[in-house]
Amino acid sequence: MLSLAGAAAFFGLWQILAGSGLVSKFVLPSPSDVLVAALTMMVEPFAGDTIQGHVGASLVRWAMGFGLAAGIGVPLGLAMGYWRLLDAMVSPVFEAYRYIAPLAWVPFAALWFGTGIGGPVMVIFTGAFAPCVLNAYRGAHLVERHLIEAARTLGAGGLRVLAEVLLPGALPSVVSGLRVGAGLGWQSLIGAELIVVSSGIGYVLVLGQSNLAPEIVMAAMLAVGVTGLLIDVALRFAEARIRRRWGQTP
Amino acid sequence: MKFPMLRLARSVWSVKPRAAIGLASVLVLLLAWYLATDVAGLIDRHRFPSPSDIWTAAAQILTRGYAGGTLVPQALYSLRLVVLGFLVATATGIPLGILMGLSRRFEAFVNPAFLLVRPIPPLAWIPLAIVWLGLADSAKVLVIWFAAFVPAVINAHAGIRSVDQTLIAAGRVHGASRARIVWDVLIPGAMPMIFTGLRLSLQASWTTLVAAELIGAVLGLGKVLSTAYRDIYPAMIAVGMITIALLGALTTKLLDLVERRVVRWRQY
Repeated sequence: MLSLAGAAAFFGLWQILAGSGLVSKFVLPSPSDVLVAALTMMVEPFAGDTIQGHVGASLVRWAMGFGLAAGIGVPLGLAMGYWRLLDAMVSPVFEAYRYIAPLAWVPFAALWFGTGIGGPVMVIFTGAFAPCVLNAYRGAHLVERHLIEAARTLGAGGLRVLAEVLLPGALPSVVSGLRVGAGLGWQSLIGAELIVVSSGIGYVLVLGQSNLAPEIVMAAMLAVGVTGLLIDVALRFAEARIRRRWGQTP
Repeated sequence: MKFPMLRLARSVWSVKPRAAIGLASVLVLLLAWYLATDVAGLIDRHRFPSPSDIWTAAAQILTRGYAGGTLVPQALYSLRLVVLGFLVATATGIPLGILMGLSRRFEAFVNPAFLLVRPIPPLAWIPLAIVWLGLADSAKVLVIWFAAFVPAVINAHAGIRSVDQTLIAAGRVHGASRARIVWDVLIPGAMPMIFTGLRLSLQASWTTLVAAELIGAVLGLGKVLSTAYRDIYPAMIAVGMITIALLGALTTKLLDLVERRVVRWRQY
């Protein structure tokens, strides 16, 4: 009940503030304006595509960058958890890299890989990479030592231990790392699209801003938020399933 | 001995082998980078800077300035915006989170609005902030505030909720009033989590500032980055990135120091 009242108060206040004429339409559009803009953009193309089309274009890039980050980050994290020497060698470089804000890579990404596909993919990669590595590393440390020793005694080599003992054991931790990485990657992509890329949902935000059309900006923000939420929900679902199947209750 | 570096390496090795390996791998990387760029010229300098290029760029921005100022004022400008936005977010986010943690009714009332705002990445606020406030400093502080606000609220809320129920009961049994339980049990109990949230907030503040300054700024490190990108000056991009990383590390260390002071009872 109170939640309903809270929602009603929030939207009511917004609607009244926007409708009263106290604030210009070019500053704060009413919630209904935003909804109309969002629905219109779903049917009529804006800046060359419908809003779903723009989101789709962004999602393809996101999937590539995130796939790359997970594909490199998780094995690296597990290997660092297993081989101490590798850990000692990579750690200082990794720590230094972690202090660089992902968005600070945008100029280099654009310079090296252009602003089409490669640049954004690199920015997503830099955003999603750290949590993938860190959680795989932590997960590998959670695996019981005698499981590893048992596998070694039975003659398993390093790579086999990594794939068949550490990965399943670390899976719950790995998946929560992937979830954090997915969110950060999505967020970095929006940043990259705002700065240099001229397509995707982030670009719709920029166009709305330069056209002084805050209702388009807000509709695009809504689309960004909903997509991010869907990614998160999907991964949470996967996380819950994997925890049930692989998670050892500590 | 003639080689002080070697002696240093040997003494580090005997005390901390792990740190020695780390140091060695960093040195090897730096050497490989130097050899590949400055000596052999394997990598195109217009795409990837060499150590000497970075040295020249650093000297240039420190003495003559670049993109509207020398390095120190540029860095201070960015630092000031981050600190301002972070402080505003802290001052509003933590009390809101604490209130939401204390009162389920308040939580139920605020949650819908909060849930609507939460999934929107902070960077997506930048265009709206520009529509509202232009490229002024206030627009950047607003965006940083949004970015740092959410983790501050969530962790303060979770911190209050995670306080051990027996501690609260013990306080009550000994006759503490509700206000005293809040002040002496709940808030100190939530402190470690609040600081975890602040660390996330700080990180988000830097990311957002960089993005906001890349999109449009008069002065600041993001402006250095975007100008260097337009001039195709990779060494200056690297100098900008290194400065941002150093400032990020510095502010994180400062936050750690504050945490040690505030959460003195916790053992590290």
